[in-house]
Amino acid sequence: MALPKLKADATSARLDALTLPKGAAWAVEARKAALERVTAMGLPSRRDEYWRYTDPSALVSVEAPSAALLTDDEAPVFGTVDRIRIVFVDGVFDADQSDPMIGTGIEIERLSDATAKDIHWARDLFGVLEARAQKPVERSLAALNTAFAADGVVIRAVAKVEKPVNLIYLHKSETSDAMLHNLVRVEAGAEMTLLENGPAAARFSKLLEVDVSDGAAFHHVRIQGRDHQRRAVTHTFARLGQQSRFKSFTLTANGVLTRNECVIELTGDDASAHVAGAAVGDGTDFLHDDTVFITHDAVGCESRQVFKKVLRNGATGVFQGKILVKPGAQKTDGYQISQSLLLDDDCQFLAKPELEIYADDVACSHGSTSGAIDETAMFYLQSRGIPKREATDLLVLAFLAEALEEVEDLRLTEDLRGRLEGWLARRRR
Amino acid sequence: MLEIKGLQVKLEAEDKQILKGLSLSIGAGEVHAIMGPNGSGKSTLSYVLAGREGYEVTCGTAELNGADLLGMEPEDRAAAGLFLAFQYPVEIPGVGNMTFLRTALNAQRKSRGEEELSAAAFLKQVREKAKTLKIDAEMLKRAVNVGFSGGEKKRNEILQMAMLEPRMCILDETDSGLDVDAMKLVAEGVNALRSAGRSFLVITHYQRLLDHIAPDVVHIMADGRIIKTGGPELALEIENNGYADILAEVA
Repeated sequence: MALPKLKADATSARLDALTLPKGAAWAVEARKAALERVTAMGLPSRRDEYWRYTDPSALVSVEAPSAALLTDDEAPVFGTVDRIRIVFVDGVFDADQSDPMIGTGIEIERLSDATAKDIHWARDLFGVLEARAQKPVERSLAALNTAFAADGVVIRAVAKVEKPVNLIYLHKSETSDAMLHNLVRVEAGAEMTLLENGPAAARFSKLLEVDVSDGAAFHHVRIQGRDHQRRAVTHTFARLGQQSRFKSFTLTANGVLTRNECVIELTGDDASAHVAGAAVGDGTDFLHDDTVFITHDAVGCESRQVFKKVLRNGATGVFQGKILVKPGAQKTDGYQISQSLLLDDDCQFLAKPELEIYADDVACSHGSTSGAIDETAMFYLQSRGIPKREATDLLVLAFLAEALEEVEDLRLTEDLRGRLEGWLARRRR
Repeated sequence: MLEIKGLQVKLEAEDKQILKGLSLSIGAGEVHAIMGPNGSGKSTLSYVLAGREGYEVTCGTAELNGADLLGMEPEDRAAAGLFLAFQYPVEIPGVGNMTFLRTALNAQRKSRGEEELSAAAFLKQVREKAKTLKIDAEMLKRAVNVGFSGGEKKRNEILQMAMLEPRMCILDETDSGLDVDAMKLVAEGVNALRSAGRSFLVITHYQRLLDHIAPDVVHIMADGRIIKTGGPELALEIENNGYADILAEVA
């Protein structure tokens, strides 16, 4: 079916401005296939079902809207953790600021190096999970990333890796338009933690494909930076083998537009996937969108979605979460909760929870709430001498606690909580 | 210490008059009790003094050591030395009891221009005071009042009072929902805090709390006013004869 003219025009205008990166034959082929997917689907517009709440035009436009830089005097995020730092500045790898890409039980290389090799394991993953995730919901911005992202990292964990890998995305140019594509394969029985932080660019498209093999574990914690004006679309695609574990947590503060998509396929029995997010938005420009799709395609798997948003001064929060239980995926345990705390009357929270179940022996539950600060709790805190704004922050942190608890490493939880407290206190001053 | 004159208060939502010209004077170091039937306005009085929203003061004044209480935010009243022990202490999931106590204590110190208490000094103090109230370390670690029994909640109120060291303490039906042993424990906590510079207003339905916390003055409240004031013997009279006689006498 031909695309509507507007969509076709917008898509070709955007594509004309981009060039396919060079590489080995298999990589070029994968990129061409991704480009064909983009051309067939067209880039998103507000008319698409999964973009009804979030206007994608700034993500689709030929030129990236500019974004002022944040002067940041904070201690580095994850600074207390012994980690392997890999730094990208406006979407370009920066060797000088990065640690050597070596570690015990782990292999790391740049995407551009991996895709230049004629034989590489990444061939089985690059664009593969993204392509699988195009049905039943189209994600053309992800295909655009596969086609054109030239940089990123390729990671393979072969043992229980002690040191987390920390991808740091620095934003130094007001007009940068960056795309990064990262691949992770956690081999059978292996375990690793991936940390990500930083605003990255004025406009940022970031894609992560994760293959979690049987009995493996993947932990993911990211902090999307405080830049007020950056726009981002991120995709996380994961495939989980038997008895594997996947945990992903995202903390977002500010940003004009953030769309985080997460698509997980539980393909091996007894696997477990947890996705959580805490977002703090301030101002009418703020829009934060979590779009999650979890497919249960094996027996005895567990999935959990916990998303919390605190909105003030006209901010908007969006949640679209789906659990699909395929025929035969018995003993599925699916849980989904999305909640917003609206600090004033101008804010809005738009939620679309979906369950689609084709097995008869499953336990799936979902809930979604929006509410204001509990006045009784507020009075109790004030009556003990805690000023209203400080009391609000305490209640905000309490509201977000359930999402933060999804971070397994307690040191990281403390870091996240401390940072959040700092951000809230900074706003109070 | 606390000086209330001709206080008239109505509920904002219902336009209903609750307090109808209440006057009360509590001197430093004194313990006053207010007794009265349901619906006489006892809890409203405590909320209005603490600064809860939803009430409109239409007439009268309330001063704490000469400062106008009614014009202050609740947190400023607390910093000025007012403390309300709630009839129904509020559960706040996600906020740790220790975080709550420390934030409150330091906020009050800060607003009085004092130094914040260090984490170590705070911890030492809270452990000592918790011990005398038989509050164990595990309880301190939990979220504020979450999963606490009725007795634990009331003990937690007294712990807060002990930590914040207010000058004027209002106890709103602190005995409700307590068994005899728990009430004794709470009363001991309160008695330990009695001093020349600290006053108490004990709101209760029953004489039994006053067996443990001996009042200097007892007030009977009905229909938004103090209708009778006397010594501790007044409480005994109520216990024996109920409110009917006094109400009839005044009417």
